[in-house]
Amino acid sequence: MSGPALNDFVIRVANVNGTGSASANGLLMKAIFRMGIPVVGKNVFPSNIQGLPTWYEMRVNEDGYTGRSGEIHLMIAMNAETYAKDLASVSPGGYLLYDSTWPRPSMLQRDDITVMGVPFSQMVNDTFTHARSRILMKNMAYVGAVAALINLDMDVVRKMVEDMFASKTKLIPSNMQALELGLNYVTDNIDHPLPFTLEKRDKTNGKVMIDGNTAAGLGCVYGGATVGAWYPITPSTSVMDSFSKYCHKLRIDPETGEHKFAIIQAEDELAAAGLAIGAGWNGARSFTPTSGAGISLMNEFIGFAYYTETPTVFFDIQRVGPSTGMPTRTQQCDITTTAYCSHGDTKHIVLYPADPKECFEMSVNALDLAERFQAPVFVLSDLDIGMNDWMIDALTWDDNYVPDRGKIVTREQLEDGFEFFRYLDVDGDHIPYRTLPGTHPTKGAYFNRGSGHNKYGRYTEDGEEYKEVVDRLADKWFSARSHLPAPVIRKSAHKTKAAILAIGSSDGAIIEACDRLGKTGLHLDYMRVRGFPFADEVEDFMAAYDTIYVVEQNRDAQLRSLLINETNVLKAKLIPVTYYAGDPLSYKFVMEAISEHTAIRKTA
Amino acid sequence: MVSFTKPKIRRKNEPTNDIGLIRSDYDGAMSTLCAGCGHDSVTAAMGRAFFELAIEPYRAVKVSGIGCSSKTTTYFMSQAHGNNTVHGRMPAVATGAMAANADLTYIGVSGDGDSLSIGLGQLVHAMRRNVNMLYMLENNGVYGLTKGQFSAAADIGSTAKKGGANEMAPIDPCALALSVGATFVARSFSGDKEQLVNLIKAGLKHKGFAIIDVTSPCVSFNDHKGSTKSYEHTFKYYHKAVHADYVPPSAEIRASYEDGETMPIELHDGGVINLRKLDNGYDPTDRASAFSKVLESGQSDEILTGLLYIDETTKDMTTRKNLPKRALNTIDYAELNPGANKMAGLMKEFG
Ligand SMILES: Cc1ncc(C[n+]2csc(CCOP(=O)(O)OP(=O)(O)O)c2C)c(N)n1
Ligand code: SF4
Ligand SMILES: [Mg+2]
Repeated sequence: MSGPALNDFVIRVANVNGTGSASANGLLMKAIFRMGIPVVGKNVFPSNIQGLPTWYEMRVNEDGYTGRSGEIHLMIAMNAETYAKDLASVSPGGYLLYDSTWPRPSMLQRDDITVMGVPFSQMVNDTFTHARSRILMKNMAYVGAVAALINLDMDVVRKMVEDMFASKTKLIPSNMQALELGLNYVTDNIDHPLPFTLEKRDKTNGKVMIDGNTAAGLGCVYGGATVGAWYPITPSTSVMDSFSKYCHKLRIDPETGEHKFAIIQAEDELAAAGLAIGAGWNGARSFTPTSGAGISLMNEFIGFAYYTETPTVFFDIQRVGPSTGMPTRTQQCDITTTAYCSHGDTKHIVLYPADPKECFEMSVNALDLAERFQAPVFVLSDLDIGMNDWMIDALTWDDNYVPDRGKIVTREQLEDGFEFFRYLDVDGDHIPYRTLPGTHPTKGAYFNRGSGHNKYGRYTEDGEEYKEVVDRLADKWFSARSHLPAPVIRKSAHKTKAAILAIGSSDGAIIEACDRLGKTGLHLDYMRVRGFPFADEVEDFMAAYDTIYVVEQNRDAQLRSLLINETNVLKAKLIPVTYYAGDPLSYKFVMEAISEHTAIRKTA
Repeated sequence: MVSFTKPKIRRKNEPTNDIGLIRSDYDGAMSTLCAGCGHDSVTAAMGRAFFELAIEPYRAVKVSGIGCSSKTTTYFMSQAHGNNTVHGRMPAVATGAMAANADLTYIGVSGDGDSLSIGLGQLVHAMRRNVNMLYMLENNGVYGLTKGQFSAAADIGSTAKKGGANEMAPIDPCALALSVGATFVARSFSGDKEQLVNLIKAGLKHKGFAIIDVTSPCVSFNDHKGSTKSYEHTFKYYHKAVHADYVPPSAEIRASYEDGETMPIELHDGGVINLRKLDNGYDPTDRASAFSKVLESGQSDEILTGLLYIDETTKDMTTRKNLPKRALNTIDYAELNPGANKMAGLMKEFG
């Protein structure tokens, strides 16, 4: 079990959404980060704007494990509606803090935890008059209370409050006052600090706290995307918010005021796909962010882009489906759909980021790959990566980066006698050349069509001519495997015949599970796959083990199916470990599932 | 089915346009439509309009959806890039392409099925955005390519070839366009080449979304007695309301201007569209007046044609979005890259 110990514990805050608690929770987490202690935050929020329960979970862990632990050591219960559930979820030996303005005997049901009451509402109501500010100040008051309980550095907090209200300085005193209310009450009335506290470290130097969608939007700016189209859908909307924010900051010509970007809010995802495809066809780097429901609508267009070999980038920030599902919860449930999206024989290039840093990097990769391979490329992120703040190395940029625009024939090349046929494999690398509209008066025009075409780009209903083109498409797709981000292998210190294979946001939980299982004598190597089509290393890796746990966040073991479908791996070797309840994966789940499986095997 | 390239025949003294091209420089592949199909006449009118406007074919982009009508983009201007997209979704592709490069001339070709059923959503949103393109809606009242089902443009009482009358109210593209804010709304007939060519020229020169609803009979499935989209019916009830002539910037402009009869509309490129009202008391720059006129004609058998409405003042999409004068797709990456230093600064926000 992890913690609780110095710099190693989990705080969960239960709030009502729409009450401004997000900034208080952000403050709390950032203050811990600024004390040099690694921390990650997971937001569990309802599909609603105001009045429903929301939770914010912070895991403080100076060893830098980023997954959920599955434990709750300190529960800040600020929502009476969820008291019972919150009380039940505290780990044995843990603590619960609640608003004792209205004392609740029922809070004392459990004798294996410590319940602490602070009369937040009463103190705040006595101090502040305005109704809205009472709600907001209650949040600051619990931050103060927590500070006293875990030795949060108040100088750091005060400095952050000053920064937060730098443009509205008259709000600073009242916020400080609210902080002190909580802090002083705990100092005077409650046994403190708790057995698990914070102590300054220097483990967050050079790190930032950022969410994956912000990083992806920034990646599109740095990757040179100029056209972005989207239809709002949780949890992808903030990709475009970020692109828009940084374009407005960085891409407006200071002299002319001209925008070196076009952002188009579409009428639906069909249109968003069409807009991105139209722009990509016409030589702009383009993208569209969406989630599973949007991908479903885009299917026909995705096949069109695949068959006409039109570059563009699709971000799928996965949420719980099918249908509307649980739109504010996380899953990895679009693995199959993105791999084979659209009707007919289609296969796509898909990238699997595991954290915001990879969201940034893979946005740039995807823009390059789309133009290099003249194909739609998917970045398959999820709500956990996209909307939660993760601690990563500060993003950097290499100004020597040159976009890979792929094979675009210029006017000069056409003048010099380059003989252009749209779908001809001139170089033997399965990738044809393309021209952009408006290039040359008499050479280079072609007709882009989703109907049958031959290698010269002309209409055809001839079976052999049709096959020639789609066979090349399959070869082109397969050849991409060595150009995608390579898989990451993590070996255990001991030789082993068992391994884990996974993608994306399961990473933190898996690394921790491997370490902890290792201590129990169960050694596991681990491969994190980062692209589809699968690199050759994936096949080689699987061949080297007797048992491979395929850990993923969906019901149907989609990654496992994809591996079985696309490699020669022996099906029986791949053991599915699936979690799909909608909250981010915890190491505890992974550990338990694997231990259980090993135990069964031993007894069988 | 294969597409044939038309042989180029250059005759002596063949008339050339201002950039020295002849009419056949605006030709495309050989049509594979049924002989007599209205769409072929519209194709010819589009080729002629581009020729007369002396637009270099390679500076144009042809986009279309799916249907017999949408196929026709291959049948003219083979030196222009074309994009035959998916059914009903041409407006999105055109809009995205326009965002990438607004320097080219965009013409979209669609049918009544492509535009008014599966593609209705995209059509109205392209109008709302005022995307700078000409949208040709070749309207035959049926789905030609899937063999003659009624489209949403079929009039009440119009009969199908196999019998059975349509009972649902038609969607009138012009009334629709007026209601959602299109800035150039016209109607014409594939059988009136003169009017059609003039309208296409005016529509191409209009800065904003121009739609021309062209009655374009389907000889195979909707040209029989009892159909309101047949040649015979259209010739009989065809009514010209407003005549439009495009006059390029260089030409002497107000020559034939007579107050009350001809109304010059100045365009962004300095040219002028001269509107000649054939009906008194009709103001094609007034949306409400155009709307009531269109609705009135819808209640009779009359087919109201001409440039029914024009608005040159509403900003088109690229102007509204403050896009650069040069095309987005020509901006060098060096100019798009905010640079490593900026990134270091941005990261402070997250530390
Ligand atoms: C998604 C999809 N659904 C159905 C079709 C079949 N389809 C092809 S063309 C067409 C109707 C075209 O009608 P219209 O736009 O009026 O063109 P016309 O042939 O009459 O010129 C249909 C339904 C298709 N191509 N794609
Ligand atoms: S079926 Fe009708 S619309 Fe299609 S080509 Fe023939 S006549 Fe034209
Ligand atoms: Mg039709």
